[in-house]
Amino acid sequence: MKKRTALSAVLVAGGLALGNSALAETPSASMLAYTCAGCHGTNGNSNGPATPSLAGASKDYIIDVMEYYKTGERASTIMGRIAKGYSKEEIERIADFFSKQKFVPAKGQKFDPKLAKKGAKLHDKYCEKCHADGGTSSEDDAGILAGQWTPYLRYTLADMMAGKSHVPKKMKKKLKKLHKKAGDAGIDQLINYYASRK
Amino acid sequence: MSQFTRRKFLKVTGAAAAASSALTFSSFAIGGAKKKVVVVGGGIGGATAAKYLRMMDPSIDVTLIEANKDYYTCFMSNEVLGGERSMDSIHFDYSGLKARGVNIVHDWVTAIDPDKRVVKTKGGQSFAYDRCILSPGVDFRWDTIEGYDAQVAEKIPHAWKAGSQTVTLRKQLEAMKDGGTVLIAPPPNPFRCPPGPYERASQIAHYLKKHKPKSKIIILDPKDKFSKFGLFMDGWKRHYGYGTDNSMITWINGAAGGKVESVDAKNMTVQAAVESFKADVINIIPAQKAGKIAFDAGLTNDKGWCPIDGKTFESTIHKNIHVIGDSSVAKPLPKSGYAANSEAKVCAAAIVALLGGGKAPQPSWVNTCYSIIAPGDGISVAMVYAYKDGKIIKVKGSGGLTPKEFDPEMRAREEQYAHSWFNNITADVFG
Repeated sequence: MKKRTALSAVLVAGGLALGNSALAETPSASMLAYTCAGCHGTNGNSNGPATPSLAGASKDYIIDVMEYYKTGERASTIMGRIAKGYSKEEIERIADFFSKQKFVPAKGQKFDPKLAKKGAKLHDKYCEKCHADGGTSSEDDAGILAGQWTPYLRYTLADMMAGKSHVPKKMKKKLKKLHKKAGDAGIDQLINYYASRK
Repeated sequence: MSQFTRRKFLKVTGAAAAASSALTFSSFAIGGAKKKVVVVGGGIGGATAAKYLRMMDPSIDVTLIEANKDYYTCFMSNEVLGGERSMDSIHFDYSGLKARGVNIVHDWVTAIDPDKRVVKTKGGQSFAYDRCILSPGVDFRWDTIEGYDAQVAEKIPHAWKAGSQTVTLRKQLEAMKDGGTVLIAPPPNPFRCPPGPYERASQIAHYLKKHKPKSKIIILDPKDKFSKFGLFMDGWKRHYGYGTDNSMITWINGAAGGKVESVDAKNMTVQAAVESFKADVINIIPAQKAGKIAFDAGLTNDKGWCPIDGKTFESTIHKNIHVIGDSSVAKPLPKSGYAANSEAKVCAAAIVALLGGGKAPQPSWVNTCYSIIAPGDGISVAMVYAYKDGKIIKVKGSGGLTPKEFDPEMRAREEQYAHSWFNNITADVFG
C-alpha cells in the first residue's frame, strides 16, 4: 500500500513536470490518436483478430485503463510500454478522441450459437447491471463487450481472474461468483455470447 | 470631428480587410485553385499520406504517383518465406485510396522541378503542386559487393522489396534438398526494417526444421549487434538449437569476418572478410540509400539520405517538398513501416496547416514493430516520440522491448497482436 502511494506520488509529480515543460506544446487529440491506428485501426475500429477496438468507449474508461497500464496495475504485452509515453493531459485527449468515434462491431468472428445462448443467461445474471444492453453500452464507463474482438476479452478476463489486472470491486465479486457457478466453461459461453452480438 | 476619426478609420480598414480577403478568396475560385498535393511513391508512407490528407481536408486535390499497380508489404513477407502465409495475404492495391478521392497515376517519376513546382513522369505527364510528398523507399548500393547487381539479384534475390523476389526465394527454399545450406547476408546500418533479416533467418529456420531438418543457415553479418538481439538469441536457442553443436543457425558477425566482399553467382559462393562459403540458397540484402528519385531531385545529403525538418518533414534542401519514410533522416525514428505510417500523418497535418496559411501543429509519433521467431512466439519493440527543441526525441520512460524472461502465454499473445498489427496497419494505409 505504502509503495503504491509513493509510486503514484512520483507519477503525479512526473506528470506535472511534463505538463509544465510541455505547456502549449501538447499535440492535438487527432495528432495523438492517429498514431494508434497502426494497431487499433483507423479511428479506433480494429480489424482484429486480437487488438481491441477503442472507438465508442467512454472517455473515463480509456483514461482509467491507460493509467492502469502506465502503473502496471493492468497486465499487458505492449500497452504498458506505450502508455508510459503519454502525460495525463495527452491521455485525456486520446480518450476524448476515441470516445467520439462510432464503434463498429468485429466482423467475421466465429461463435457457437449453443454456447452463446448459455452465455446470454450468464451475462444477464452477472454482467448486465453494469455492461448494459447486452454489453453494447459504454454508459457508466463500462467497456464495450458485444462485438469486441474475443481474444482480447479472453486475455483481459484471464488476467483479471489471475490477479494480474485491476478489477473494479463489484466486478471482482460478480466474476468470482460466475466462475464458481459456471467454471471456465462459463467464461467461454460468455465470450461466445459477446462474439454473437452484432 | 476628431472623435469620429478613429471610428471612421476602423470602419474603413475593416471594410478594406473584408474586401481584400474576398478578393483573395475569389482569385482562388477564378483560378480553380484547389490546393494541390502530389505524392510520389505508393508504399506505406506515400499511401498513408494520401489517405490522411483526404481525411483531414477533403478540399485538397491529392494525386498519388506510383509505378506499380500491385503492392506487396515487406512486413510479414518473412512469414511467406517460412511457409506460414500466402503472397495473396500481403498483396494490396490502390482501389481504397481511389474511393477516398485520391487521383491514382501509375507512372514512374523521373524529375521534380522545385522552382516551378512540377513533377514529371516517364510517360510524359506533368503534375503541378503546391506541396509535394516524396516517399520513395530505399534503393540499393550495388557497388558495395563485387559480383552482385540488380541482374544477379534475380537469381540471388535480396527480397528486400516484397514481390517477385519473395516468390523466387520461397521457391528456392522449397526446391532445396534436406541438408542444404541457406546463406543470409544482412546489410550494414542504416537500412529498412532493422530486425527484418533476423526474423527472416528465424522464419526460414522454422520452415527447415519442419521440412528439411538436416539443413543449415549461415548469417554473414557486417555488424556485431542487431535489433532485438537478446530476444532473437534466446529464441534461436529455444527453437533452433543455437549455441549447440547441432545449431541450425550460425551467425558470423563483423568481428569474426562476416562482411561479404564478393559473390560468385555461377558457383554459388560468397567471399566474406575471412573465409568463403558455398551455399544452395543465397539471400543477399545489400547496403541501402534513399530511393532514386530523391537523388534525381537533389534531395539527398552526402550519406545518400534526405535531411528533413522534424516537425513538417519538409526537405531542408528544397522548399515545398517533403520526404517521409525510409528515405528520410528522421532519427531516432527507425526505418520501419509503422514509423513511415506515423511520419505520413505528421507530414499530412503539417501540409494541411501550411496550405491553409497556418503553423505546423505539434507532432507525435509511435513506432511498434513485431517479429515472429516461430509460430506462437512473437516479440516486439515500441516507442513513443515527441518533438522538442527542434528535434524528434524518444519520450523518456516509454517503449522498449518484450521482456527477456520467456513467458509462453505472453509470447502467444504477441503473435496474435502481430497479426492484428498487420491487419490494422494495412487497412490504415490502403483502406
